[in-house]
Amino acid sequence: MTAGAPPVLEVEDLRVRLRTPRGPADVVNGLSYTVGAGETVAVVGESGSGKSVSVLALLGLLPARVATVTGRAVLQGEDLLTMKPERLRQVRGPGAGMVFQDPMTSLNPVLTIGRQLVEGIRAHGDVDKAAARRRAAELLAEVGLPDPEGTLDRYPHELSGGMRQRVIIAIALSNSPALLIADEATTALDVTVQAQIIDLVEKLQAERGTGVIWITHDLGVVAGIADRVLVMYGGRCVEDGTVDDVLENPVHPYTRGLLGALPDLAQPAVDGVVPDLATVPGVPPAPTDLPKGCVFWPRCPVRGDARCETEQPPLAVIGSADVALPHRAATWCLEGTSGAGSPEGGLR
Amino acid sequence: MTGQPLPPPDAPVAGQGDAKGTSPGPTTLRPVRPRWRETLGLLARNPTAATATLVLIGIILMSVFDETLAPQGPNEIDVADRLQSPSWSHPFGTDDLGRDILSRVILGAGVSLRVGFLAVGIALVIGTLIGLLAGFYGRWVDDVLMRIMDMFFAFPAVLLAIAILAVRGPGSGNTALAIGIVYIPIFARVTRASVLGVREEVYVRASRSVGASDLRLLTRHVLPNAAPPIIVQTSISLAFAVLAEAALSFLGLGTQPPSPSWGLMLAEGRGFIDLAWWLAFFPGMAIFLTVLCFNLLGDGLRDVLDPKQRTLMAGGGR
Repeated sequence: MTAGAPPVLEVEDLRVRLRTPRGPADVVNGLSYTVGAGETVAVVGESGSGKSVSVLALLGLLPARVATVTGRAVLQGEDLLTMKPERLRQVRGPGAGMVFQDPMTSLNPVLTIGRQLVEGIRAHGDVDKAAARRRAAELLAEVGLPDPEGTLDRYPHELSGGMRQRVIIAIALSNSPALLIADEATTALDVTVQAQIIDLVEKLQAERGTGVIWITHDLGVVAGIADRVLVMYGGRCVEDGTVDDVLENPVHPYTRGLLGALPDLAQPAVDGVVPDLATVPGVPPAPTDLPKGCVFWPRCPVRGDARCETEQPPLAVIGSADVALPHRAATWCLEGTSGAGSPEGGLR
Repeated sequence: MTGQPLPPPDAPVAGQGDAKGTSPGPTTLRPVRPRWRETLGLLARNPTAATATLVLIGIILMSVFDETLAPQGPNEIDVADRLQSPSWSHPFGTDDLGRDILSRVILGAGVSLRVGFLAVGIALVIGTLIGLLAGFYGRWVDDVLMRIMDMFFAFPAVLLAIAILAVRGPGSGNTALAIGIVYIPIFARVTRASVLGVREEVYVRASRSVGASDLRLLTRHVLPNAAPPIIVQTSISLAFAVLAEAALSFLGLGTQPPSPSWGLMLAEGRGFIDLAWWLAFFPGMAIFLTVLCFNLLGDGLRDVLDPKQRTLMAGGGR
């Protein structure tokens, strides 16, 4: 991130409440972060931690009949959350593009690839059909699809998962967005395809200076792609900082648990026995019934402070606050960790 | 996660890469083939649907050129020749007034088809629009529209049609209107149910995320994907509309005698069924054949409009 340049996206105190049959569910509770130009922010967390909902809320893609979104989300100087619907429609595309999780369902099965690409291009600006088609073919070539002209006339089911995800990325990039949101964009793909897609996004990002929000639960991907990491739990950010800070020196017990749950292929089997994977016991809290105190308290192995049960710890800076990206964590358990064994030991 | 092995991204899916028979080399720019022509071409390869289409075209042509084709006028009475069984001079026989049944079947096609098409046209356009809006926008739009539809649905269909005809007077135009109004809630419900599923598809959200307008989402994404059940419903409703016209004519509310409508002829022939079976048989067969062909065409269309089937059929000629 270039220091001094205004961030592409500035999210402040984002809150999402969903109406459910079991009462209101607070799915996102006061999320704040910024994405700079050319920067990649990885949002990690378990299923149900509010990752996807938080980005869908940004673009107004949650059904209004169930979702109430509050806070501020300033994209290039304009607040997405208070925008008029027509303006928001104009911003979707050139302002922010989105890549969805499942390449099998993100394309309309009855339209050819070409039509779907052309649609995104023609929704913004006065482009005639032939020009839009040429642009569509260029985009497909740019995302590395062979035979772009031929692919334009194919239907989605004629393409493999990796090819489809490339098409979806091409659609998201068709209006050169300032911000690209990838919601579990590689989760449904196998590892080699995943690596290709990540390379592709990094290359395009370097060329265009796009800010990227990369939602994933794969910490391996995070290490490979992110500049900064935001760990979400129970709809909150529990730890954020540079990728090195968070992955090398995790502070929050939840982050430690996540990292501890990674299989370590380098670890040798002891007497022919591969050690069990560490887990974080329990399940994430239901958003209809969040714990009173720290959201992680019911599952926390440390519980190092008496306040944990009754009070949500604020995000506090760990170490130096003078760096561009301070390392922050929402926990009081900094001191308590020493009593629970060495911070590094057993987690990596 | 999808359970199917993913080939390398750069290779087309095995066996599908050149699935379109026309696929040229990678460098040539393929001319875009109009979709409706492709649809017709595929329909022609489905023997059942093709036959049904040909028969329907035949029936429609027959109704257009009915005056030329019919050997006699519909109401030429010949009391000496009454209740003649099928013969060379009267291939379908004659009725109790000595009218030529063949002529009346030919001349009745226009009445039955006109009422059928008009009725289903009314129901299809209005019903689909209502279902589309209700399903897509939900909330109060859905509540208001569907409660009105429920009110229509609460009446027994024939009773509602009779009520409409009682207000507007009998006649084939009003019959079509009545049947059409009765069928609107059916189309509205079928469309709404289908739209509710499609609305939540990721591609609708994805399309919204690149800035597609509501109109575009509705016409390009939601309606085409919600269409198959509507198409099938259309073919079934065409069949039922022909039958409903017969029923209303039977009750004296539809086509008025002496106009030749298949339903009316069937009703009139009922009294002679053990004396002269051909009075009811031939108009009955005409109704049966038309209804059957509409249904077969609907089935064929549904297959052809499904892009997966489409590629299979276009590629392998299966």
